[in-house]
Amino acid sequence: MSDTISTNQPVDKTTNGSPKPTSPNSDLKFDFASFWEYSAAPESSDFVEIDPKYNHFINGEFVAPVKGRYMKSINPATEKVLCEFAEGTSEDVDSAVKAARKAYDKTWPKLSGKERGKYIFRIARMIQERAREFAITESMDGGKPIRESRDVDVPLAAAYFFYYAGWADKLEYAFPGRKPKSLGVCGQIIPWNFPLLMLAWKIAPALATGNTVVLKPAESTPITALKFAEICKDSGLPEGVVNIVTGAGQTGSEIVNHPDVNKIAFTGSTKVGKIIQKTLAGTDKKFTLELGGKGPNIVFEDAPLDQAVEGIINAIFFNQGHVCCAGSRLLVQEGVADTLIQKLKDRMETLIVGDPLDKNTDIGAINSKAQFERIQQYLEIGLNEGAEMYQSSCNVPENGYFCKPTIFTNVSQSNRIVQEEIFGPVLTIQTFRTPAEAIEKANNTPYGLASGIWTDKGSKIFKTGQSIRSGVMWSNTYNKFDPTSPFGGYNESGMGREGGLHGLYPYVKF
Amino acid sequence: MAERLEVLKTYKTYVGGKFPRSESDRTYRVTNPKGTHIANACRCTRKDLRDAVVAARTAFGDWSNRSAYNRGQVLYRIAEMLEGRKEQFVKELELAGVKEKDARVEVHTAIDRLIYFAGWTDKISQVFGTVNPVASAHFNFSSPEATGVVGIIAPDKNPLLSAISMIAPVIASGNTCIIVSSETNPLPAVSFGEVLHASDVPGGVINILTGYRSEMVDSLSSHKDVNAIFNSIEEPETRKLIDENASISVKRTSHYSPDDWFAVEHENPYLVLEFMETKTTWHPVGF
Repeated sequence: MSDTISTNQPVDKTTNGSPKPTSPNSDLKFDFASFWEYSAAPESSDFVEIDPKYNHFINGEFVAPVKGRYMKSINPATEKVLCEFAEGTSEDVDSAVKAARKAYDKTWPKLSGKERGKYIFRIARMIQERAREFAITESMDGGKPIRESRDVDVPLAAAYFFYYAGWADKLEYAFPGRKPKSLGVCGQIIPWNFPLLMLAWKIAPALATGNTVVLKPAESTPITALKFAEICKDSGLPEGVVNIVTGAGQTGSEIVNHPDVNKIAFTGSTKVGKIIQKTLAGTDKKFTLELGGKGPNIVFEDAPLDQAVEGIINAIFFNQGHVCCAGSRLLVQEGVADTLIQKLKDRMETLIVGDPLDKNTDIGAINSKAQFERIQQYLEIGLNEGAEMYQSSCNVPENGYFCKPTIFTNVSQSNRIVQEEIFGPVLTIQTFRTPAEAIEKANNTPYGLASGIWTDKGSKIFKTGQSIRSGVMWSNTYNKFDPTSPFGGYNESGMGREGGLHGLYPYVKF
Repeated sequence: MAERLEVLKTYKTYVGGKFPRSESDRTYRVTNPKGTHIANACRCTRKDLRDAVVAARTAFGDWSNRSAYNRGQVLYRIAEMLEGRKEQFVKELELAGVKEKDARVEVHTAIDRLIYFAGWTDKISQVFGTVNPVASAHFNFSSPEATGVVGIIAPDKNPLLSAISMIAPVIASGNTCIIVSSETNPLPAVSFGEVLHASDVPGGVINILTGYRSEMVDSLSSHKDVNAIFNSIEEPETRKLIDENASISVKRTSHYSPDDWFAVEHENPYLVLEFMETKTTWHPVGF
């Protein structure tokens, strides 16, 4: 490792003018980029079969859409069409709901919890068996680096099924003093940022509690859901228990509005979440919403700065920043701001942006053209608001939708780039003097999904954690997920929890 | 000796620990079932509601940060104070046409209900919190905490018991609230404010308004600084209005319209959980 460190700064002063650091190594700068040229290390995708045309999965069969309309799924790294998939209309949604209703009335909740659990265990195992295929597909369809889809998305998806499988015959222990009953048919609408993982978050607890499902994946990333449908078939899951209808917003709206759906679970933007909540007004449909966020990531001056830098990078650049719980607002205590920002810029220089299938890639492709344009708009908004933009000097591929990792300094709390969710690799940086100011700024958005705290002082973690209104509090870490750990927001970040024992609540009644 | 002329009470509201009249100076007639005048109650406005939300929000930080033990003691203190004044409440219910025996049962049940929820304050996170065995090297725990400011829309039926049955689970966890009292008989709710005032409940934790529901439900449910609505009105149009307004700021809504407020089922921790958020904290484990 020693030859990856260069002493390219004078020892007696730092480049950013901050006081001379006391750590013997803090004037050393990691400079991987100029020392190491990474050869391309692409994951081979030759064994992955993506059908040219996918149909809906209804009642255990792949069926063509009634209206015969298809949409195209595009690889955002190459802008090439990967496949066509069915566009669901009200007729398709209706037949999916009917299949789910039939399965609910005839088979699924009538099975013992143990048998239901065994089906879900089978599904978990089959995801593990096809893990590499799913990971590659996820990266091709959604643009995320293979390292993430291989090490995070797919293993976690399997883990969620494994976790909830075990609940199916133990539900009477989950709710003290209550006997849980299933709800019926669940309409589930998931986003494009973690296609298979969000599917697992939705389907696993629904099945464990005896519900049946009509799920719609996002229109830019439908393929892994359709491959998951193959697993449903292969696992022998009774027909109609899981139905997958593809399409865009209109298809989702048909699910939300269908009179025979008992529950809606939605993950996506706050804007759409509010529309769904309004649509469901006055009905008896239950719903859970996992919506947007603008996560504050607070670095106190006693924080281990190098760890914090890694955490900040992970918080905002993980999955191209397409993460509802991303730490997109850095709040750093004044005394370490200059040092930290310099370290952050240095670290950003080492990030590799490019081919999602390359195992060295840190930041893959922006998921779609629409999202790419949205991020570009926000960059302009930030500049127009007077913020200072810094981007790493990396090269980005000519084709495909790529965005350099970006930070904005000189921003204020009321700026749009501070208040609104960008959903891209864009970080705003504000400073604070006192913990009270940090808390005030952290809480000052309509959201409340996740936040980060970096400090070496335990009591400060708990005090700050108590005061910040968000569903997840990552202290000295960020963007960690686990099937046993509940996830979900306060305020306009949604309602209800997914994951863990708490994730069973939205799928039962007493 | 001439019979003594009774001193009648002016019924006001209870907001931020004070007893203001409606800013509008409007009142409406409260009568018993025979139509006889009992009192004039404040006919609160949107402005009164907004003031009450400010009071509730201001009180939230302190109340939610109190120890669970302390909140339990305060709830217990409310019950103590109510016990001492129960004759007043029995009479007030009788005024509105409730039989003495029934009034007494209502007051007793209300007191006991407060005791029930007083006991939950320091148990709810033990029973419903979890330590989560995550697969990575992290310590991870989830604990419920208060949602924030809750708007309560109380029914006309059993005006004391229903109000207390809705308030107690909401404030037990650290929420603060604004209650739109029974429209037909708001008097016990207003008098309950006097009990609260003598019970160590910080001002602003419970704010009691009276008036026409039709003039307040819309503003309460659309107010962006209200985090949740606890509604007892069964009417479909009211429910729909509340739900639609709630979507403006992703407000939580809970509709709860039991026929029998005396039933023991209303004493359960799930009512407390209804107005709580689960927060999950992660920390790495290592040297």
